[in-house]
Amino acid sequence: MSEQLSLAKPALPSQRKGGPLLEVEGLTKHFPLRDGFLFKRQVGAVQAVDGVDFTIHEGEALGLVGESGCGKSTTGRLVTRLLEPTAGQILYQGHNITHTDRKHLAPIRSQIQMIFQDPYASLNPRQTVGTIITGPMEINHIQPPGGHEKRVRELLETVGLNPEHYNRFPHEFSGGQRQRIGIARALGMQPKLIIADEPVSALDVSIQAQVVNLLQKLQHELGIAFLFIAHDLAIVRHFSHRVAVMYLGKIMEIGNRTDIYETPRHPYTHALLSAAPEANPDDEQERIRLAGDVPSPINPPTGCRFRTRCWKAQQKCTTEEPPLLQIAGNNTGHLTACHYPQDPTTAARDEDVVLDPALAALEQNAQESAEESAEESAEGSAEEQ
Amino acid sequence: MMGLPGLLPRFLRAPLGLDRGFAATVGVTMSSPTQATTYPEPSRSTGGADATVAAEIVGRSPRQLAWLRFKRDRTGIVCAVIVAFFILVAVFAPVITWLYGKNAYTLYGQDDNLLNSYGLPVKANGGIDADHWFGIEPGLGRDIFALLVYGIRTSLGISLCVTLLSVALGVCVGLVQGYLGGGTDYVVGRFSDLMMAFPSQLFFIAFTPVIIAMFVSPSDQEPTWIRFTALVLVQFALGWMSLGRLVRAQVLSLRTREYVEAAHLSGASPGRIIRRELLPNVWSTVLVQATLLLPLNVTAEAGLSFLGVGMQKPTPDWGLMFQDAAQYYRSDITYMFFPGIAMVVFVVAFNLLGDAVRDALDPRTVR
Repeated sequence: MSEQLSLAKPALPSQRKGGPLLEVEGLTKHFPLRDGFLFKRQVGAVQAVDGVDFTIHEGEALGLVGESGCGKSTTGRLVTRLLEPTAGQILYQGHNITHTDRKHLAPIRSQIQMIFQDPYASLNPRQTVGTIITGPMEINHIQPPGGHEKRVRELLETVGLNPEHYNRFPHEFSGGQRQRIGIARALGMQPKLIIADEPVSALDVSIQAQVVNLLQKLQHELGIAFLFIAHDLAIVRHFSHRVAVMYLGKIMEIGNRTDIYETPRHPYTHALLSAAPEANPDDEQERIRLAGDVPSPINPPTGCRFRTRCWKAQQKCTTEEPPLLQIAGNNTGHLTACHYPQDPTTAARDEDVVLDPALAALEQNAQESAEESAEESAEGSAEEQ
Repeated sequence: MMGLPGLLPRFLRAPLGLDRGFAATVGVTMSSPTQATTYPEPSRSTGGADATVAAEIVGRSPRQLAWLRFKRDRTGIVCAVIVAFFILVAVFAPVITWLYGKNAYTLYGQDDNLLNSYGLPVKANGGIDADHWFGIEPGLGRDIFALLVYGIRTSLGISLCVTLLSVALGVCVGLVQGYLGGGTDYVVGRFSDLMMAFPSQLFFIAFTPVIIAMFVSPSDQEPTWIRFTALVLVQFALGWMSLGRLVRAQVLSLRTREYVEAAHLSGASPGRIIRRELLPNVWSTVLVQATLLLPLNVTAEAGLSFLGVGMQKPTPDWGLMFQDAAQYYRSDITYMFFPGIAMVVFVVAFNLLGDAVRDALDPRTVR
């Protein structure tokens, strides 16, 4: 049973099947900030996404990871055209869909679908499961053989729900089941690309694996390309063929899964990976603790956006923005935006990078008290004897 | 011992299993919000065994759940019955007076010499007898029962028209504001603020004669329907804003829900999104507000008639009866009695019904 697989054993990534399906170039979204009395004028902008480039090939799963607020979801919404891009280009199968209006977008609409984060908000509480899944088909004039109801039952079965739940309402389902309904709704349109915006982060951990494995099964069997947005590194590793790491509206590093997880070059990727818990505690992993918060996207740092929290930052990083390039020692397709990249390894170094002074102090205290208690217990046992 | 179950309070009866109604209530509570029938684990539910049980699986819609909750609310049911009774009285006023054998325009007091030389009923208690159940009107001598039945008809008719129009416009304005947002929202919002700034009672009193004068010259006697229309228009003009604001707020919060985004994603037209995704989720609020708005409009209409700018004699009207009765209350208190009690019962019942509907539709709201 494929759904019972644990997350620890990722399946081998399938090779790229076809040409580029979605090409994103310099995608930018600035949310204007207005202020003023009576007459509002723009005083600034939240630079949620600032010049993002990536390509998704047919049948490929691209993972998009990063901290909260780094623009992952905004990128997903821009690609699905729920938000209007400020600048840049979105090419779908070679067609420019960056600013296409609803009517002209209609033929492509059904091919790009989305799975939402919150399964409690993504289904209309007043509609039955049947209506929810048939709605998009009606809009796009999809007439499945055997009628809509038969198709809905098939879809429900595909996503692992009882087809007889056709007439039920969303409030009668659990979070995981609702997410499956959301997946069935997306599948009904026979999409070629699914944007999965943190599809499992609102679910119970025990259900997460089921839903991710369901998505992976669909991806393998139906050859659907995915843009998989998540902050859980383990799930992205399990699911994606390629991974892009985002920080403050920009892609810091992008490459094949093994490249990113095993030979990362960007300091931020190193920091992210070191933060992910490892199943095997004996594995010596590098430890990096970043200090402070992500800078405000209203006023991002000059040059490299990560420089304010980077331990390798130098003068060049403030003045010059590092381009996203394949740097020396990387495999093809492994691009990194860094002037002073790390060594391509995740093995532990001699010294931990702990940038947070409070954390450093805390750890030192903990170490000292551990030593003291060890001494005390040693004395205690000596006395007993 | 036989009478004991009826005498025991509910908290004592429930553990004894004596109160079947209460037990049924508990049963419904436990089954309705989650799932009515058990269904198998989804990940492995592809087997053939499910198909046999499957026929029983029918979901309960939010509306059915609301109805279940409403049925449990005894106050709500009682109030619904009372309100329905009033509405039936209004609708079947001609039938009732026909069965009763009197009408609202004949001057029984004068014809049958039931009034003394001061214009007061001769008989005790405002002239209540077998012929005139609620007595007769001092002065003109009309039958109060027939008058009240027709008065309810007029007042409810006006208030219902006002409420329906206000709800219709309020919902439209709210949807437009909430859905389009931006400049439209701003302009329409400021306009509704402006309308809200009018002192409503003063506006009604000042503008009802103006509106009537627009249709009929002040020297002529205007037909009743013009006064009816004028009253509806005046109250409607200042009645739609609160609902509009409420719907706008609702739509604003619904518009960013992910299921609306999913509809956008599937290429749904704005019309379809409003009809299929937004409106069904706004209806419960609208229904609750409408049930609270109607009694408000009834009292407002009665107030206008009382102040002399509403319906005019000899048209029977609830508010007019108060105005009339106020002149005679020292000598004939019974005249005030019947329309007064009817009005209090109606308004209280309708307000409680509104609360019950709200509780049924949105059980999470804490009062």
